[in-house]
Amino acid sequence: MAGTRTAPWFQGVLLGGFCLVASVTLALGYRLSAPAIEARQKEDMAASLEQVIPASYRSNDMVADAVVLDGPSGKTTTVYRARKGGTVTAVAYRVVGQGYGGEVVIVMGVDRNGEILGVRVVQHSETPGLGDKVDVRKTRWVDAFAGKSLANTPDAKWAVKKDGGQFDQFSGATITPRGVVKAVKEGLAFFAAHRTRMLDEAAGAAEPQREAPGRTPTPRSVS
Amino acid sequence: MRMKKPARAAAILKDGLWTGNVTFSQMLALCPLLAVTSTATNGLGMGLATTAVLILTNLAISLVRGLITPQVRIPAFILVIAGIVTLADLAINAWAHELYKVLGLFIPLIVTNCVILGRAEAFASRNAPSLSALDGFAMGMGFTGALTLIGAIREILGSGTLFANASLMLGPAFKALETVVIPEYKGFLLLVLPPGGFLVLGFLLAAKRLLELRTARRAETAAAAPGCH
Repeated sequence: MAGTRTAPWFQGVLLGGFCLVASVTLALGYRLSAPAIEARQKEDMAASLEQVIPASYRSNDMVADAVVLDGPSGKTTTVYRARKGGTVTAVAYRVVGQGYGGEVVIVMGVDRNGEILGVRVVQHSETPGLGDKVDVRKTRWVDAFAGKSLANTPDAKWAVKKDGGQFDQFSGATITPRGVVKAVKEGLAFFAAHRTRMLDEAAGAAEPQREAPGRTPTPRSVS
Repeated sequence: MRMKKPARAAAILKDGLWTGNVTFSQMLALCPLLAVTSTATNGLGMGLATTAVLILTNLAISLVRGLITPQVRIPAFILVIAGIVTLADLAINAWAHELYKVLGLFIPLIVTNCVILGRAEAFASRNAPSLSALDGFAMGMGFTGALTLIGAIREILGSGTLFANASLMLGPAFKALETVVIPEYKGFLLLVLPPGGFLVLGFLLAAKRLLELRTARRAETAAAAPGCH
């Protein structure tokens, strides 16, 4: 027995056995938790949609009323629509910015005229205490976007103050707000490019729309 | 050197909380320590999550300690630890989603915490499951205490608040913990940034050393019997 336990092949078998048990356990854990995790993410989505579009704009279930549009580089963006009496009053969609610690996922609500109703950062890995101030649970920084549009805010002002713009950065963290401002601006360009399609009242029409080349909107990566 | 069970348990608790404190004596796990202690709440959350993982990994490793050979023990330990942390990550995401939204970022980091591997190697692989779980608890609590203390000092001096956002992580019942220590405070960024972590840790280490020196001197002058540590 002692000879077996020191033999090289035994070490391999032992480690292999550990890996097998670990993989099976992880696979089981994943399968058990996957439906719950997916449900939580849907709830999060619905909750963030409600935060970026005020209740007065909607009388429908926005998660169910969606159109899928082509973003850049072949990716698609799901646009959720708020309606009142059949008319599309506002739309909400995700844009992704580049922060300090990776991607910053943002949900933004825009009304018919291209004016921002609300912006929420829903997922990020920014430094706690510094970059995570873009999270509405930490500070109200994202409220600065409300009411802004490409029409009422000149191009150069879509930047943090350090870069000559009108949005505050945080002491110790400029990269995160810079990334968020850029992503939101790109989100508005995306709205401008797809406005007709987004406000199209024929419901459920979910086939991706082809854009003329050169007129592609610019959200960095959209999911 | 064999002690009776209650005495052994008390020694384990004392070791984890003070004499062998992860942070102040072993000086381990400084990476998560410096990274997350910008507020007391973050420190507390990271400490509690680490404690839970430490109890589970110590227990699991103690249970299979007869099986693992010395040659492959390190990869086997790492595998067990990474597996448990991943399961904890999935479980918290699925069934404690509010907690996950606050802690989510820190949970995968626990794998890289050298204390967990350290306790697996130094304690759980040589002791019975019950004692190993207790050791995990004691070490975890010592670590939690250190994280919360450093977080509290950095938060008060750096942001002027204490336990800010605690209710987000621990539930609305903990709203009462949230205090503004210094109103209208402009903030002292150095303490919020990583160097602040080093500074606070350094001062606390010096304080603990002084305390221990004084205790030792007093023991000497009283000509008391030498302690068991």
